[in-house]
Amino acid sequence: MGAENLIKLFKIRGGVHPDDRKQLSAGQAIEALPMPPLLHIPLQQHIGAPAEPLVRRGELVKKGQRLARSQGAISAPVHAPTSGRIMGVGGYPAHHPSGLSVRTITLKPDGKDEWTDRLDPVYAPFSLAAEEIAQRVADAGIVGMGGATFPSAVKLNLRKRYALHTLVINGAECEPYLTCDDRLMREKPAEILEGVRLMARALGVARILVAIEDNKPQAQAAMRDAAKPFAEVSIVGLPTRYPMGSEKHLVQTLIGKETPARGLTADMGVVVHNVATAMAVHDALYLGRPLISRVMTVTGGAIRQPRNLHVPLGTPLSHLIDFCGGFKEEPAQLISGGPMMGQPLPSTRVPAVKGSNGLLALTAGESESAEEMPCIRCASCVQACPCGLVPLEMAAHIRAGGLDNSVKLGLLDCIACGSCSYACPSHIPLVHYFNFAKGELAARQRSQHKQGETKRLAEARSERMEAIKRAKREAMMKRKKEMEAKKRAQEEAKAAPEASDKPTADSGVEA
Amino acid sequence: MIEEQPVAGPYTHARTSISRTMGLVLLALLPATLYSLYLFGWPAIFLFGTTVLAALVFEAGSLRLAGKRVRPFLLDGSALLTGWLLAMTLPPWAPWWIGLVGAFLAIVIGKQVFGGIGQNLFNPAMVARVALLISFPLEMTLFNAPVPLFSAQAPGFLDSLAITFGQSNQLDAVSSATTLGHLKTELGRGVTLDTASGGVESLWQLTLGEASGSLGETSALLLLLGGLFLIYKRIITWHIPLAMLGSLALLATIFHLIDPQSYVGPLTHLLSGAAILGAFFIATDLVTSPVSIRGQLLFGAGVGLLVYAIRTWAGYPEGVAFAVMLMNACTPLIDHYLKPRIYGRDRKGEPLNYADERGEA
Repeated sequence: MGAENLIKLFKIRGGVHPDDRKQLSAGQAIEALPMPPLLHIPLQQHIGAPAEPLVRRGELVKKGQRLARSQGAISAPVHAPTSGRIMGVGGYPAHHPSGLSVRTITLKPDGKDEWTDRLDPVYAPFSLAAEEIAQRVADAGIVGMGGATFPSAVKLNLRKRYALHTLVINGAECEPYLTCDDRLMREKPAEILEGVRLMARALGVARILVAIEDNKPQAQAAMRDAAKPFAEVSIVGLPTRYPMGSEKHLVQTLIGKETPARGLTADMGVVVHNVATAMAVHDALYLGRPLISRVMTVTGGAIRQPRNLHVPLGTPLSHLIDFCGGFKEEPAQLISGGPMMGQPLPSTRVPAVKGSNGLLALTAGESESAEEMPCIRCASCVQACPCGLVPLEMAAHIRAGGLDNSVKLGLLDCIACGSCSYACPSHIPLVHYFNFAKGELAARQRSQHKQGETKRLAEARSERMEAIKRAKREAMMKRKKEMEAKKRAQEEAKAAPEASDKPTADSGVEA
Repeated sequence: MIEEQPVAGPYTHARTSISRTMGLVLLALLPATLYSLYLFGWPAIFLFGTTVLAALVFEAGSLRLAGKRVRPFLLDGSALLTGWLLAMTLPPWAPWWIGLVGAFLAIVIGKQVFGGIGQNLFNPAMVARVALLISFPLEMTLFNAPVPLFSAQAPGFLDSLAITFGQSNQLDAVSSATTLGHLKTELGRGVTLDTASGGVESLWQLTLGEASGSLGETSALLLLLGGLFLIYKRIITWHIPLAMLGSLALLATIFHLIDPQSYVGPLTHLLSGAAILGAFFIATDLVTSPVSIRGQLLFGAGVGLLVYAIRTWAGYPEGVAFAVMLMNACTPLIDHYLKPRIYGRDRKGEPLNYADERGEA
């Protein structure tokens, strides 16, 4: 089902072909999820600084009203997904494997779903300046919706520092199971393209490539149809191979160049955004609507009726599962995102957030998990790695405590795509080793930083104390000299009868 | 429902396992093995059975001694494969204790002493073969021409029992040098290749395996098919076999062209002895060969070179086992120096730099 591409594609190394199991939910049109009784809206649903709350307990808010403002250069505001009353701003389990409590605004919907009257739609958004588009994207709280959740406006502002020429829209959706981007492209191609073209305008680029894997022919066709009027937009069919949706590998496939280590695709003049992000940009500019909901795929062998849902942010995941008919059987794994790079979820209480693209309830049979066996050096992981690493050696070093050696072998170049673990016949959880090592390194860096800071502060303090002592000593010397001068003056004055005999009281205090 | 200690993804997995990998290798060996057992008859079957069984028993015993769980490791198929491969490299009518001692050397000394599966530096079957060859040169170099099962010359069941397990001088009656052994002896005496070739099997016979030689290494054709099956199934890649056979053939061609009367031609080199078995099943041993593509090419070429050098200039007529072991010793070094290029970096590990190009643009 290869699409006829107008551009030449380049090969990437490695990768795997997991069973995509998209058929479970690919046929399900996007449905709106009914409003849950309570929404839990975390203040941090993005990479960067958490948002600062602007509302208090008991306050009534309208749909789309800003609940918390962006804090700093890399941050994003949070808006109300519906109208209702703020029940509190406090701790709630995070949408994260740890399930730790994070600052969350709890909103009780009033059922009216009334929009705030302060929406500011633009009728001709293409007349806006690039800065204005980026600003509106920032104000709408839009972040990368493929899962990375990096604030989109920051990426739109890359034109200031890089010579950009191409915007790539990532519709690869290479993770198995997930179909939310597929459905969005099939159902809203025109809106997505408007968003895409607005982003291209903000970036100041003339070339747009919308890249979609060949396992989504309907999405390709819908997008191709919608893109006909726009000469600058090309819809590109990608070979189906994981991790084709990895930003760096997607760009390599399209332009044939690797992103430099530690660099950005912008180094090569390319910026990548996700299709769902483009949709959100469309809504923000044409409708003035901030990011308050998103499309999620709820699927997996343990879900009774897999679906694609339009979910208000902050909805507890249990509500999604109930809407899909609950569990057919007890799931062995509950995952946020796809099965390759998704994160295990601590419970179904946690809320849907901006970066949630899927909720998977997998049965034991689906995950093909098996007991870990020793490495037989079969090099399956070496062949599968899209980054040219030797996972088996890195894991061996980490296992033996050799963190530095694993870094020398390229640990920090690992994108944690999971291809190595997927292919390992011994079922060694390689990514687990790498995540552990990355965590240890981060902890070590933090403690080094702390030690450095402590040392710096201690040195600064002793310097300060030294300076104070020195100043005191100098002051004393000065006084002494003054006193001596005075004494001499007095002695000289004694000779003179009209001399003043005022005592030197302050010098006594000084001693 | 939720695990206490979450494990990082992926939460899906290819349908692979060690036992599947080993199973496919065994499957690839099966046709050549069955044909060889047919060609060499009951004594070969007894020797094969003894070797494989002993390998399994030694594996189980070692695992028990090491305090490891016996079942999962015994069922992974690696000991079965080691015993199987070892049996394939023994003279078909060798006495039972050759198989037994060989299995001990392979499993206990070659593998478990290093720490079990995945830990050994040298190919266990080759460790055993080389140790046997040095320790028991007589038994390990007494080959016989094929006498297919149920053929007129084939020994009966009881006679065969005597050949393998008892005292029998039947072997002397049918003993016959291998092609490489014969050529080596003749060339060593100063006989020209043309004359020496008179007494050996045709290339066609070598291809089919109707030649004297080790138990399972004779049928080049069936071994080649098995090897291609493994490449098709992606258990091994083509790099090691092609590099090994390529360098062997290249050297043989060059020297044969220089002096056709003293140097054996490339086809004879490829089709005789353990060249094909070694290229697809022994040099490609996952544990003891390099992991990177470039490393595998170097490794394979090294094996081919050493095989040729040993066959041509050293004291032994065949050198696959020695060559593989010598290159096994180089594997850690090869893996250290020949790594794949990391994404976004040049070969030296420095980040790629497009600054120059951007300057032009």
